Amino acid sequence: MIKAALIGLGKMGISHCSILGAHPDVDLCAVCDTSRFNLAAFEKYSPFQCFDDYREMIQTCGPDCVLIATPTRFHAQPALFAIERGIHLFVEKPLCVDYGDALELTTRAEARGVVNQVGFHNRFIGSFRAAKRLLELGALGEVYHFVGEAFGPVVLRARAKTWRSSKTEGGGCLYDYASHVIDLLCSFFGEPSGVTGTTFKKIFSTGVEDAIYSTLLYDCGLSGQLSVNWSEPTHRKMSTRVTVWGKEGKLDVNSQELKIYLRRDRPDLALEAGWNFRYMTDLVEPVTFHLRGEEYTAQLDYFINRVKGGRPQANMNGFSSALATNRVIERLLGDRSSAGNRGQGLGAAPSRRNFTSWFANLPRFQLFRNERWK
Amino acid sequence: MDKILFGDNQFFGINHLSEERAALQSIRFKNPEAIIKVLDWAYALNIKTFMCTTHERIGRICSHLRANPDKYRDLKIFPCMPYAHKYANMLTELGVFETMKRFMPGSLIGAVVKGGAVLAKSDFVSMMKLLVDAEMRMFEGIRTPVVFLQNVVTDLLLGMKMKDFFVAFYEYIQDRYGAEAGFITMNPPLLLDTLEESGIRNPIVCFSMNKKGFRMPDVAACEKALREREFRPVAMQVLAAGALGPREAIEYVCRFRNIRSILFGASSYEHIRETKEMIERYTST
Repeated sequence: MIKAALIGLGKMGISHCSILGAHPDVDLCAVCDTSRFNLAAFEKYSPFQCFDDYREMIQTCGPDCVLIATPTRFHAQPALFAIERGIHLFVEKPLCVDYGDALELTTRAEARGVVNQVGFHNRFIGSFRAAKRLLELGALGEVYHFVGEAFGPVVLRARAKTWRSSKTEGGGCLYDYASHVIDLLCSFFGEPSGVTGTTFKKIFSTGVEDAIYSTLLYDCGLSGQLSVNWSEPTHRKMSTRVTVWGKEGKLDVNSQELKIYLRRDRPDLALEAGWNFRYMTDLVEPVTFHLRGEEYTAQLDYFINRVKGGRPQANMNGFSSALATNRVIERLLGDRSSAGNRGQGLGAAPSRRNFTSWFANLPRFQLFRNERWK
Repeated sequence: MDKILFGDNQFFGINHLSEERAALQSIRFKNPEAIIKVLDWAYALNIKTFMCTTHERIGRICSHLRANPDKYRDLKIFPCMPYAHKYANMLTELGVFETMKRFMPGSLIGAVVKGGAVLAKSDFVSMMKLLVDAEMRMFEGIRTPVVFLQNVVTDLLLGMKMKDFFVAFYEYIQDRYGAEAGFITMNPPLLLDTLEESGIRNPIVCFSMNKKGFRMPDVAACEKALREREFRPVAMQVLAAGALGPREAIEYVCRFRNIRSILFGASSYEHIRETKEMIERYTST
C-alpha cells in the first residue's frame, strides 16, 4: 500500500481525494486544508485524519507521496517541504504562478529523485493521446499551422472575489484554463520559440483576464493560434479543441472524438483518404474507478504506479514538462505587457458626456439601427 | 418501476460521442416546446416514466405538465439531482463555501435563516437536505416516486467514504417526499458494498451496462453483481453512446433478467418506437 496525503480540499482536491480513497493500492491517511468550513466536512463525515497545517500532517503521517491541490500560489512551499523529505509529489496545474518557483521545484525534485507529476489531465484523454501518436507518426506530413482552443462558462457576470479572481494567487483564465491548452499544444508540437500578438481580455472580471488570444511561433516555421475564453456561455463545461493543418491532411480533435482528413490512403495507420472518425468509446482506456472523466483516475493511476516503482518509468507530465508550460505563460505575460495597454479590457467605462457616441459606435447597435440584421 | 425509462441527455447537449452533434441537439431543443413534442411521442408509445436531471429547463417542462393534468395523468418523473455542471462551474469560480452559500434556498425567510445557520455550524447533512428541497421545488404537484442522486455526487461521496450522506439522502427522500431514493453510479460493485455496509437494503442503483464496457469499471464485475447481489438495477448507457448497434446492445442487456428498468434517450419518433419494441421483444423471449 502506498501511503498518501492530500493538501487542499477545493474542487480538484475533493476529486483527487475520492479517487485516492477508492484506489485499491492507496491508503489515503490524511487531508489538510486551511478552510475551517471545508475541513469540518471531512472531520465529521470522512475517515481521514484532518489537519490545518501541512507540516504537521507530513511529520505526523510520514506519507510516501503528497498531492497538492491548493491555490496555485501556495504550491511551492509545501512542495519544497515534501521534496526535502524525499516524498513523491503530485501537484495540480499549473506548477507555479512564478516561473522562478517552478524552476526551483523542478531542479530540486529531480536532484532529490522524487517522482513528480503535474495535473495536466488532457494528456491522459484517449482522443488527445491518439492525436499525439498520429502527429508523431507523420500522418499529416509537414504540419504548418494549428489552432488550440478552450471555451467554458466559468465567469459569466461580475462576481465575488476568490483566489481564482486574483492574479497573484494564480487565478484568471490564463493559469486556470489556458494553461491546459498550452500544455497540450506543447505535448503535440513542443515548446514554441516565441509568441506574438497576445491579447488579454477582461470581459466580466476586474482583477484578471477572462480570455487570452495569441500567436505561437516555432523555429521550424510552424505557427499556431491560441484562443481561450472562460466567459463563453454556449458551452456546458470546459471544451478543448485542437485543429492541425499539414501538407498531407487535417486533424480536428476534442476530448470526445478525433477526425482526420488525409489526402491519400495510409494503410500503415489504418486510415483512408478522406475523413476518418475515431470516438471516445474506442479510444478510452478502462479505469478501475470512475469519477467525472476517466482521465482523472488515469493520471493518478500513472502517478501511483510510478511511486510503487513499477512501470511506466517514463516521466510523462513531470515537473520538467510543466516547466515548459510555465515558460510559455511567462512569454505570453511578457508579450502582453510589452504591448502597453493592449487588451486590457473591452474599453473603459464611458463618462456620461460621451456615452451616446460610445454606445452608437458599438457594432451591434449599428445593426439594430439599420435593421439589416433581420 | 416501469421497464422502460425515458432519459433526457439528448435535450441538453449531452452526447458522449460528438460535441458537434451535442451542439446541434442543444439548438434543436432550445425551446421547451421541442422537448415536450418528443416527450409526447414517448408518452403516446406508452412510455410513462421520464428520468431527468434538475436542469433549469426541466422546470418549464414541469409547468406544462401541471397545466395539463388530464393529458399526463399517468406520467411519472424520476428526478436526478443535482445538475452538476451548475455547481462545478461555480466551484471553479467561487470555491466551496461561496458555492454552498449561493445554493442555499433564498426565497423564504425561514430558509435563509436555516441556510445561514447550517452553514455556520458546518451541518452538511442539513445543507444537503436544503439543497434537495431547492432542487425538488420544480417538481411540486408531479409524481416523483423515485429520486436519484447523480453519479458525480454519488461517486464523489463513495470515494471519500462519506457514507452518512447516502443514508441521510435515502431517509430524507423517504420521509420528506414519500419517495424512494435511487443512486446513479459508474462504480456499481463498490457502491453496492458501501450501501450494504450502511444498512440500505435492496437499493435502486442505476449504472452503465453495455458489452463494450463503456463507462464501466469492469464488465465481468458488473455482470457478477447482476447475478449475485440483491438490488434493483437500472441499466443506462446500454447503447454505449451509440458505439453499439441497437439490436446487439439491447439483446445483451435483456439477458440479465433481474434488470428492473432500462433507461434510454432518443429524439426521433422512429428511434423511440424501435428501441422500445426491441426492449419488449428481447424481454419477452
